[in-house]
Amino acid sequence: MQDPLIIAGRHFQSRLFLGTGKFPSTAALASAIESSGTEMVTVALRRVDLSAEEDILDAIDPERVLLLTNTSGAVDAGEAIRLARLARAAGLPEWIKLEVTPDPRYLLPDPVETLRAAEVLCGEGFTVLPYVNADPVLCKRLQEVGCATVMPLGSWIGSNQGLRTKAALEIIVEQSLVPVVVDAGIGAPSQAAEAMELGADAVLVNTAIGTAGDPAAMALAFRLAVEAGRAGLRAGLAGVGREAAASSPLTGFLA
Amino acid sequence: MTPVSIELESRPTGLAPGTAAADLAATDLAGLRRLVDSAGDVAVERALAGGRGGPRPLADFAALLSPAAAGRLEEMARRAHETTVRRFGRTIHLFAPLYLSNECVSTCDYCGFSAGNQIARRTLSPDEVLAEALELRSRGLRHLLLVAGEHARIVSKDYLVECVQVLAPHVPSIAVEVQVWDTETYRRLVGAGCDGLVVYQETYDRGTYARVHRKGKKRNYDWRLGAPDRGAAAGMRRLGIGALLGLHHDWRLEALGLAAHAQALVRRWWRCEVSLSLPRLRPAAGGFEPADPVGDADFVQLLCALRLLLPDVGISLSTRESPALRDALVRLGVTQMSAGSHTEPGGYAEPSEADPQFEISDTRSPAEVAGVLRAAGYDPVWKDWERT
Repeated sequence: MQDPLIIAGRHFQSRLFLGTGKFPSTAALASAIESSGTEMVTVALRRVDLSAEEDILDAIDPERVLLLTNTSGAVDAGEAIRLARLARAAGLPEWIKLEVTPDPRYLLPDPVETLRAAEVLCGEGFTVLPYVNADPVLCKRLQEVGCATVMPLGSWIGSNQGLRTKAALEIIVEQSLVPVVVDAGIGAPSQAAEAMELGADAVLVNTAIGTAGDPAAMALAFRLAVEAGRAGLRAGLAGVGREAAASSPLTGFLA
Repeated sequence: MTPVSIELESRPTGLAPGTAAADLAATDLAGLRRLVDSAGDVAVERALAGGRGGPRPLADFAALLSPAAAGRLEEMARRAHETTVRRFGRTIHLFAPLYLSNECVSTCDYCGFSAGNQIARRTLSPDEVLAEALELRSRGLRHLLLVAGEHARIVSKDYLVECVQVLAPHVPSIAVEVQVWDTETYRRLVGAGCDGLVVYQETYDRGTYARVHRKGKKRNYDWRLGAPDRGAAAGMRRLGIGALLGLHHDWRLEALGLAAHAQALVRRWWRCEVSLSLPRLRPAAGGFEPADPVGDADFVQLLCALRLLLPDVGISLSTRESPALRDALVRLGVTQMSAGSHTEPGGYAEPSEADPQFEISDTRSPAEVAGVLRAAGYDPVWKDWERT
């Protein structure tokens, strides 16, 4: 049964995206990418060295996996915009994960700079996937300026705390007219399944896989969890039951 | 006679993508209607258990319209009541319709203003409109709905804009329920001080729509369906939609169309407040009789189902319904009521010779209605907007 995810007109069979930081080696990354079945990975442009003999990009087969350059490290809109333009000039795909994180401790995204950068980059023809806090109104604003998705965090980058923003994520899922990718803080396969069950279109996972004892095995576990969560949603998850109780006759007047 | 401009005569058919109208057209209403018939206790139970607190899917709504759900009406009512109180509090917003004109060039079987009807026609001057508004203000009303028949020359864009301009300094919230216009005209109305647009599709069934709208620009179903989208794009803050229950023989199909339209508007126009209305056909000049009038129990079931489907959408109740029913419905999901209404132009400041659009059933004054609301433990809200 076909259930493709469509972002900016491009079809994805896999709803698991991978971040590429924190892996112990390029080989480990390549192996994890393989077992995850992912079709899109993010790479921080600041990590890319096209002049080096060996580079993180070697782990990525561009025929099978779309490279999503991210602007991590940018502290304001200007830096993020320049990074995106650098990626374009270097011949990388014009898909940008917009990440503007002036706070190096929690790596929380700056909403004002992110929106500003998104507006400029969308105007310049980039396919923009913005990383933001789980702010429903901000997500609507980003969609309005032309972002291809919204990427609200589940919890802080690297915290593995799961969906601490779940209530807000539910609103974002309900209101969004573009795909919703839960990104950051997903620490276990069950949390990835949970994100899919609440209606997210995809998840992006980095730390939980990159820092696992066996990244490739963990990548496979996440792959199964994302598929399971999505399948459960489509099969029609039962709602939480509520007690029934008859009390004051609101409709007695009809008798 | 000034010729009506050609641009108004030939409106495009078809629906613009990215609009609630297009979303509605892509909805499988027939399939949902079949779900209503096939829904048993399991489907109803699932629908009542509901989701995470947000809007529910249309499939659940279909189950709540079923005969199986009718057997659980009290429970539906309780949930609808709780949902409404949680979202809106124990408040009812009061408003009054202000009829500007009963001139009309369209022929619609069900309406007292229909072009063929021999009725006393009248159009208020902007000064007379102001006098009406000030009279309503003295009765407490701060939220007015300007209504008019469809006559592009007499009830022109310029006339409507002027009426809004004249009223704006005195009336905190103004909505219009008039012939449908293009986005630019809606922008002018918004600029003049209008914050709400009400457009009833009347019936979502295209066959019935074609049958009851015999002549006039109102025959263009698509253009009418797209009006709330154009209003929202123009900056209207409130969108009101509705269906005339009894026009189409199958009220459940009508309900599905209305619900899907409301849901699509909420989804497409996130800054807007959407409300809906379910007027049941009343005796009017022209003598139109609904083939299958909607009974009270079905009406209540529909109201509760809508409230459960759309927890954030306003539900408006007019004076077409009897006092007893209106009072009972206050606790079942209604959030806005008109009061002390006159549906003939000029009926407030002094008795008017013009003929009304339909017979009112609840003739109580705004003060009386407010008293009943308070006695029921509800707060009548007269003003809820400030123009900036």
